[in-house]
Amino acid sequence: MAYLDMKNVSKSFGTLVALDNVSLSVQKGTIHALLGENGAGKSTLMNILYGMYQQNEGTIYLDNEEIDIKDSKTALDHGIGMVHQHFTLVPPLTVIENVILGYDKISRVGLQLQKAAKRFEELCQRFNMDISPWAVVEDLSIGQQQRLEILKALFRDVSLLILDEPTAVLTPQETETLFSLLKQLTDEGLTIIFITHKLAEVMNICDCCTVLRNGRVVSEVAVSEIESKEQLASMMVGSNVDLIIHKEEAQTGDVILSVEELCFDDEDRVRRVDDISLAVKSGEILGVCGVDGNGQSELIRCIMGLLHPTGGSISICGEDVTGKTTREVLNHHVSHIPEDRLKMAMIKEFTVNENLALMAYRDQQYGRFGFMNWKWITEQNIKICEEYNVKTQGMHVPAGTLSGGNQQKMVVGRELDREPTLLIAVHPSRGLDVGATKYIQNRLIQERDRGAAILLVSTELDEILELSDRIIVLYRGRAMSTMQRKAATREHLGLLMAGISPKNTTVTPVTM
Amino acid sequence: MIDTITSFLASDIRTATPLLIAGLGILFSSRAGIVNVGTEGFMLVGALAGVVGSWLTNSSLLGSLFAMGVTVLLAAIFAFFVVYLRADQTVVGVAINTFALGATTTLNRILFGMNTSPPLINVFDVVPIPGLSKIPIIGDALFSQPLLTYLAFLSVPIAWFVMYKTHIGLKVRAVGENPRACDTLGISVTKVRTGAILFSGALAGLGGVFISMGQLSFFTEDMVSGRGYMVLAAVVFGRNNPVGVMLATLIFGAGDALMYQIQAAMSGVPYQFSMMLPYLITLIAVCAFKSKTRPPAATGIPYVKE
Repeated sequence: MAYLDMKNVSKSFGTLVALDNVSLSVQKGTIHALLGENGAGKSTLMNILYGMYQQNEGTIYLDNEEIDIKDSKTALDHGIGMVHQHFTLVPPLTVIENVILGYDKISRVGLQLQKAAKRFEELCQRFNMDISPWAVVEDLSIGQQQRLEILKALFRDVSLLILDEPTAVLTPQETETLFSLLKQLTDEGLTIIFITHKLAEVMNICDCCTVLRNGRVVSEVAVSEIESKEQLASMMVGSNVDLIIHKEEAQTGDVILSVEELCFDDEDRVRRVDDISLAVKSGEILGVCGVDGNGQSELIRCIMGLLHPTGGSISICGEDVTGKTTREVLNHHVSHIPEDRLKMAMIKEFTVNENLALMAYRDQQYGRFGFMNWKWITEQNIKICEEYNVKTQGMHVPAGTLSGGNQQKMVVGRELDREPTLLIAVHPSRGLDVGATKYIQNRLIQERDRGAAILLVSTELDEILELSDRIIVLYRGRAMSTMQRKAATREHLGLLMAGISPKNTTVTPVTM
Repeated sequence: MIDTITSFLASDIRTATPLLIAGLGILFSSRAGIVNVGTEGFMLVGALAGVVGSWLTNSSLLGSLFAMGVTVLLAAIFAFFVVYLRADQTVVGVAINTFALGATTTLNRILFGMNTSPPLINVFDVVPIPGLSKIPIIGDALFSQPLLTYLAFLSVPIAWFVMYKTHIGLKVRAVGENPRACDTLGISVTKVRTGAILFSGALAGLGGVFISMGQLSFFTEDMVSGRGYMVLAAVVFGRNNPVGVMLATLIFGAGDALMYQIQAAMSGVPYQFSMMLPYLITLIAVCAFKSKTRPPAATGIPYVKE
């Protein structure tokens, strides 16, 4: 029998069925992939295993013994550890305080940090990781923080480790390091469950794969039996998918957006954008690539007039817009697909109709003397929904009731309907399923071919490589390099994203 | 001159004591991510309950314990609203203050009458420490205080130890910063926060008791008069650590002490001006030394277990 057996697990939240009779069995010492789109139920299943939720039905067997996991403490006591997608570290505390938090097996009352630190350092040595127990967590890089999360679980002697989309925040090189660590762990007898929606990762490091779709198990296969990525993709999506973006050579025109020596310091006087210059021509996509939090947000906010740059200038179609208000910027035919759909792009309590009118309500046709012409607006919005494939029960349902993909299509529809000269798209496909992602990416290409200048920010290297005509890499607020798409390789970009210039292989001085 | 210094120091320490007692409690709830605006109310209720308890039992110790019991109950209500019902902490805190002012005023009038002289009750006696209290200048100031004052200052290193060297302290700090992280490690955010609130309620109550029974020997309406807010300021100004809180309360106490000195020395100045001093010093201190430390990240945010 398998090491872990989850049998006929069902879970619903209110009327939403998240898991429907799901069974999963994992062999000891293997890396088992849990593949599925967002909302397929992967995280829910694992959160049940880790005691964050309780299943409505079903039983869990670990090592042939039925176990009842009522909270995370029970899970940990059974040797089950989990590294969440959003790290569960306490940033202002030290590494060792984070490790020892809630762990009273060394001593019950006092912390005995020295003793714990010694054990932690042994663990670090064993897995060849270099993290000082006395460092403050917020000073660690994202990659280090993730390794710390794994160490935190290993410190508690787990035998089964769940990793929820661990590569989402890593550079390609960090991903490699992670993968070799995972191999080492399974060699030592650990069992790993690897949640992902990236097909290549399943093919590369996993032994077995369970595919979930809409809360059900679609199939369970050994990776050695999988023939192609496409086969895996169609299992995940439920229909054949075209993974290739069709795109012609760019026909570029005039410079639309020009950013010169832009600098931005935040309120703590930390330089977030450091001397960035870039230009986007009509008919091309400039991809801004980098690990999240390296100045992308601030750069975009400066361009959109949401932040005041500390230095430098921004012009659109030759007109200086530095320090202008957001409305003035938008009036230059600029469209913006913001990074955070729910926080910036839409108001989820408003109806679809209202959300679609948010951008253009001041236009003449939308109303006169402050009175909105809802009849006309609704007709327009129905057209947008049809054209952009937004599936909604009607114009008058709250936008928050739409699925993530449809919300994003609604936002994209609203922004593209204005036929922008400059389109700023930030993480346009974040959190979307394969179908919606491909749809939105193809729309961006169409906009480019129509002649729009597009500034695309994404942390997904694949997306950058597929869509961009030119690529700029940001690291700690600086532009590491700008290159033609043809000149870019994954490895090269990965090094730049980590702040290493491949030519002289030295790390650029840290200015923060 | 020497007498002036001695009496200044003595009165500084004496006025700092209730702030420090309450401050050490509020420190823990603040670190756990709770904004306890109701401190003022807790102290006021403590001040009256202490007097009532002492009046009934003829013992200042039993009076203090009674007062702490009452404020822990009040804190339980506060915890029920903000931790379990996830109500807004500031709103509930203000409600507690309003309730405390009304309830203590009414009860005081019912129990002790309006225009009668206050009853004689057992209060905190000054306990000079043999030997030490004879040291010139500081002896009389530092070592001729009520027992509770010594305890308060001795608690500072204990609070520091608990905060930084024990599991309890680590949990409290972690819950205030990232409750979800605690949840994933099997730590009950609800329990830690409730515990911190009850503890802060008990100490705020005791701080109130010291005002009515250590500084005075009776209860007057609204006698806490803003000290609860000074406690909150002291915790912020003291950078959320016990030693800082102690220093902050001593600075704020110095304002009070200075007020008495000025009132005594310059009879020409309207007393309203000198009465402004403690609050003015609090205000200036908090503004001038804008601390670089930030409050716990999850401050004021109710935790929703998914």
